[in-house]
Amino acid sequence: MAQRIIIDPVTRIEGHLKIEVEVDGGKVIDAKSSGTLFRGLELILNGRDPRDACHIMQRICGVCPIAHGTASMLCLDDAFGVKPPPNGRIVRNLIQGANYLQSHILHFYHLAALDYVKGPDTAPFIPRYEGDYRLPKAINDLAVQHYIKALDIRKKAQEMLAVFGAKMPHVTVFTAGGVTETVTAEKITQFRQYLREITAFVDDVYIPDVLAVAGVYGDDGFSIGTGCKNMLSYGGIRLTDEDDPDGQKQLFRRGRYINGQFLPVDEKKITEEVKYSWFNDSTTGKYPGEGMTEPAPGKKGAYSWLKAPRYEGTPYEVGPLARQIVNKQKEVIDLGEKGFSVLGRHFARALESGQVAHAMSGWLDQLVPGEPAFAPFNVPKEGSGVGLHEAPRGALGHWITVKDYRIGNYQAVVPTTWNGGPRDDKGQRGPIEEALVGSPVKDADNPIELVRIVRAFDPCIACAVHVLEVKGVSKEVKSFRI
Amino acid sequence: MGLTRREFIKLCMTSAAGASLITMLGPELEETLAFAADGKPPVIWLQGASCTGCSISLLNSVEPAIEKVLLDVISLRYHPNISAGQGHLVAEVFDEMAQKYNNQFILVVEGGIPTKEKGVYCTIAEKNNKELTMLEAVTTLGMTAKAVIAAGSCASYGGIPAAAPNPTGVVGVNQVVKDKPVINLSLCPMHPDHFLGTVVYVLKYGKIPELDKFGRPKMFYPEPIHDNCYRRQYFDAGRFAQHIGDEGCLAFLGCKGFVATSDCYKRGWNNNVNWCIKAGAPCQACSEPTFPDQSAPFYGVYPLTNKEKVTYAPVVPNLKIEFPEKKKTS
Repeated sequence: MAQRIIIDPVTRIEGHLKIEVEVDGGKVIDAKSSGTLFRGLELILNGRDPRDACHIMQRICGVCPIAHGTASMLCLDDAFGVKPPPNGRIVRNLIQGANYLQSHILHFYHLAALDYVKGPDTAPFIPRYEGDYRLPKAINDLAVQHYIKALDIRKKAQEMLAVFGAKMPHVTVFTAGGVTETVTAEKITQFRQYLREITAFVDDVYIPDVLAVAGVYGDDGFSIGTGCKNMLSYGGIRLTDEDDPDGQKQLFRRGRYINGQFLPVDEKKITEEVKYSWFNDSTTGKYPGEGMTEPAPGKKGAYSWLKAPRYEGTPYEVGPLARQIVNKQKEVIDLGEKGFSVLGRHFARALESGQVAHAMSGWLDQLVPGEPAFAPFNVPKEGSGVGLHEAPRGALGHWITVKDYRIGNYQAVVPTTWNGGPRDDKGQRGPIEEALVGSPVKDADNPIELVRIVRAFDPCIACAVHVLEVKGVSKEVKSFRI
Repeated sequence: MGLTRREFIKLCMTSAAGASLITMLGPELEETLAFAADGKPPVIWLQGASCTGCSISLLNSVEPAIEKVLLDVISLRYHPNISAGQGHLVAEVFDEMAQKYNNQFILVVEGGIPTKEKGVYCTIAEKNNKELTMLEAVTTLGMTAKAVIAAGSCASYGGIPAAAPNPTGVVGVNQVVKDKPVINLSLCPMHPDHFLGTVVYVLKYGKIPELDKFGRPKMFYPEPIHDNCYRRQYFDAGRFAQHIGDEGCLAFLGCKGFVATSDCYKRGWNNNVNWCIKAGAPCQACSEPTFPDQSAPFYGVYPLTNKEKVTYAPVVPNLKIEFPEKKKTS
C-alpha cells in the first residue's frame, strides 16, 4: 500500500517549497515539488527605466542578490553596448566571490547541517525531525560550535562584500558599465584582511567538516539523491577583458556533461516545457528569450508553477556539482558515480568555496587604485541583451528588450527552475524529483532522508516562481496544488 | 540601575562613529533578560512575499552577535530559514503560540502580504490537507501577539512586490493587523540594529517606541539623510558629481537623500563598513513608503545623451498609502 508524505513547508531553504512523495515498501516511488509563493517581478519591470533593472532584479532573492544583479548588469552592458573598465570587472568579481563564500557557508552550516547534526535542545533547534543523527558526540559538539563560528564568518563575508558593495543584501553600487564605488589602496587592504580570515575558515574548517560528515555517513550519503546525471553550466566570473563569446575565459567555464561526454552549450537550444505546469499547452517548447507565459490555472494534470527547462529536450542539473564536473575538477571527477549524490553535491560546493576564496586573492592584486571602475554609456532607444551567469545555486540567465528607452520585455530563467521544475512534455522528471525517487524512507513521520536530498540542491524558490504571470488566476488554484 | 526611557532613546539617536549602537546597549540587554520572568520571550518570524533579505540582514547583526541573539536573547520559535523543524511541526508551533502564549509573543513579519484571490499567491504551511495562506497567518497571529514588527520595506508598505502594477495585490502588515500599532522597520533590507533596538525596547519597557507618521520608531528614523550626509559639504559648496565615480554631491545622479529619513549616515551597513552614498551610489530612499515606484528612475531623469532625453519611467498612478492613526501607548 503506497503511502503519501507531504512536507510543507520545507524550511531552511530560500523561499516557499512543498514536497510530496509516494512511498511504497519503504522507498520513494514518485515525487513532486512545488513552489508556493508568486510575486511577478518581471511584470513589475515592464515600462521602467532599463538602468533600474539591476536593482529591482536583485530583490528576487536576498540570499544571492549579487547573482541576479550580475546577470542583470551583464545583460544591460550587452544591450547598451558598454564594457566596464578592468577595475569595474574585477570589483564586480570580488563582490560575486564574497557572495559565493557567504552563500555556500550559509547553506552548509545553517541550512543543511541540521539534517546531520543534532543542535542543543532549545529553539530554534527544536522541534526537529528525530531519527538518524549518527555523528559521534565529539564530532557533533564540534559541529555545533562550527555552526556558531560559521554565523560569524558568513557575516564577515558580507562585510567584506560591503567594502566595495556599499551594503548587503541588495548592493547599490551595481550599474551598467561597472560599479559606482572607486578603488583605493585602503579598501584593497580592508578587503584582504577579511579575505584572509574567511579563506582560513574554508580551508581549515568548512572543507574538513564536509569530509567528516562524508566519512560518517559514507555510502548512505553517496548513494542517495542520484538525479538525472546531466550537468549544465552557463559559465561565470569573467577573468579577462577580452571578448569571450564561448564563455571559456571564466573561473567557471561554459559547457555541459552528458553520458560521459563534455559538450559545448548553445543557449538557443534551451526550451521551456509546460505540460505539467499551469500554463497553456500552446506555449510549450519555446526558447526563453521568446517565451510566452499564458497561465492556465486548474489545467488538468498540472501541479507546478514552475516551467520545465530542457536542453535539447533533456533535463539538466545545475549548481556547484555541475560546475565542478564541467570544469573537469579532478577531485569531483574521481568520485565517479558516487559524485551524483547528496554528499557529492556538498563536497563540490565546499571545494568550490576554496577555489573562489583563493582566486579572489589574485584578483585583489590586479586592482589599480585611482583608475576608473565605471565606463559611461547611453541608453539606446531600441536594443536587446543577454546576461548568462552562474549563481551560487547554478546557471542563471537574464534577457532584456529595450523599447523607446524603457524596458519592453524582461525574462529570467533561474537555477531552481532547472533543478526544481516539474515533469516535461515527455514525462521526464525534473532533477530534484528524479533524485528523490528510490530514496529509502525509514519513518514516514520523520522523513529526514527526503529533506537531505532536497537541501543538497540548495533550492531557491523565491527565484523560481517570480517568473509567472497572474492574470485570471482563480481561487481554484488551491485544489490543484498537488 | 537601568536606563530611563529618555536616556535609551537618546543613546539610540546619538551619533556613534565607528561603534555599533547596540554595543552600548549590551549591559541593558543582559539586565532586561534577567528581568524576563518567563525565560526568553518567544518570537515568531513569518515570511510572505519576500526575498529573505531581511533575515539575511538579521544574521549580519554585529553586537550582540547573531549567535548571542539566537541563543540568549530571544526564543525564536519559528523562522523559515533557521528553524530545524519543518512540515507539520510548523503548524503546531503556530497553534501553540496563539493559545499558550496569547499576548506574550512578538510577531515579526518579513515581506508583503498578497491579498488578491484571498491570498493564494503565498501559502506558508499546510495542516490537515489545508493550505495556510500568509494572509490568514498574519491575521490570526497578529490578533494574539504582544507586539507586531514589520521587518523591512515590503512588510511595512508593500515594497518591491507591491510595485506597479502590483500583480498579487500586496499590502503592508498595517493593512492586515488593524487593532494594534505595527512597528515599521522600513529600509531594504531591514537594518539589524533597528530590529534588535526595537525588540530590546519592547521587552524592557513593555510598550512600543514612539513612532513617526509612517509608523517607524523615531529614534531610528530621525531626519532626512541629506541633513547629515557625508557629501553634504559638496552640496553646500555647489560641487556635484556629473558621472558615476565623481567626487561631489550625488543629487544629479538621482540621489534621493533629500527625502529618505533614516540614520544610515551614522549607522552605516554591515558593521559600518560602508553605505550607499559613501560608495558613490545614489540613495534610493528605500526607507520611504514611496519605494520603489516614486524612487524610480534610481539614477534620475537627467538626459544621458545630448541627442534625446530619457523619459521618466511610469509610476503607479494612484499610489495611496494609508496609515491608521497611531496611539501612543504610554
